[in-house]
Amino acid sequence: MRNIYAFLVGGLFGAGLLLSGMTDTRKVQGWLDLFGDWDPTLAFVMGGAIIPMAIAWRFVPGRAPVLGGAFPQPPAPEVGRKLVLGSVLFGAGWGLSGLCPGPAVASISFGGLGGLVFLIAMLAGMLLAPPLRNRLDAVPAPS
Amino acid sequence: MQTDWIWGLFGGGLIGTAAAIFLLVNGRIMGASGIIGGLVDGSGRSSAAERIALLAGLVLVPAVLALIMGGAETHLTPNLAVVVAGGLLVGVGTRIANGCTSGHGVCGISRLSLRGIVATVFYIGAGGLTVVIFKHLLGVI
Repeated sequence: MRNIYAFLVGGLFGAGLLLSGMTDTRKVQGWLDLFGDWDPTLAFVMGGAIIPMAIAWRFVPGRAPVLGGAFPQPPAPEVGRKLVLGSVLFGAGWGLSGLCPGPAVASISFGGLGGLVFLIAMLAGMLLAPPLRNRLDAVPAPS
Repeated sequence: MQTDWIWGLFGGGLIGTAAAIFLLVNGRIMGASGIIGGLVDGSGRSSAAERIALLAGLVLVPAVLALIMGGAETHLTPNLAVVVAGGLLVGVGTRIANGCTSGHGVCGISRLSLRGIVATVFYIGAGGLTVVIFKHLLGVI
């Protein structure tokens, strides 16, 4: 049952990414390009996605997921250098390519060889992350 | 096009609805980098089937829709060095920051998580700066 719902969720996610234009790198880079021909679409996508999710969060306190288990605990509200450094690296790659992880997977059927190369490089980057994370954890924070 | 924002809002609504179902029904966060990354580094082995099922839907439904729509285009740069650099940075960055546009952006901001908001400010800032440097100054992309 969990897997059937997960498949439906993935399908809805993918349909949303394609129909909103987020699998088109021109639209994403057009939104990031404040000094060019600015494309506002991504702001509407983010707004449209945040509204149903904000409603969903209101149902969480005091309840359990429909299929059992428990809702994920909010992570420690720590804004550390992993969050900042990781987000800066991600943003740089996002700006260079116009792809983030969701659209990179959703576009694999029509993204051609370039899309496949991006996906393989992204998976390699994900493999490199755990040792880097450990190293960042090992260095004491500047006081 | 003038109708782009309507499609953006509609598609965004589908993305948010998907994230809401995954949270309320499965009890999980719909973050693309976390779902993929947990399979790559083995940290998500206990929920591997659920992750693979989600990714199967994420690949298959756009594939069918693209066929119906008569094709879709990513307009990804043909410069493979840029593609590889972009992919590596996206992979390593999202896993160090523990989230991407869907996890920190959609799921984090919607619960007013400080981490989600800070991450989103930094990846959009870095993305904007990268486009300025590599498009307008260097002319690479």
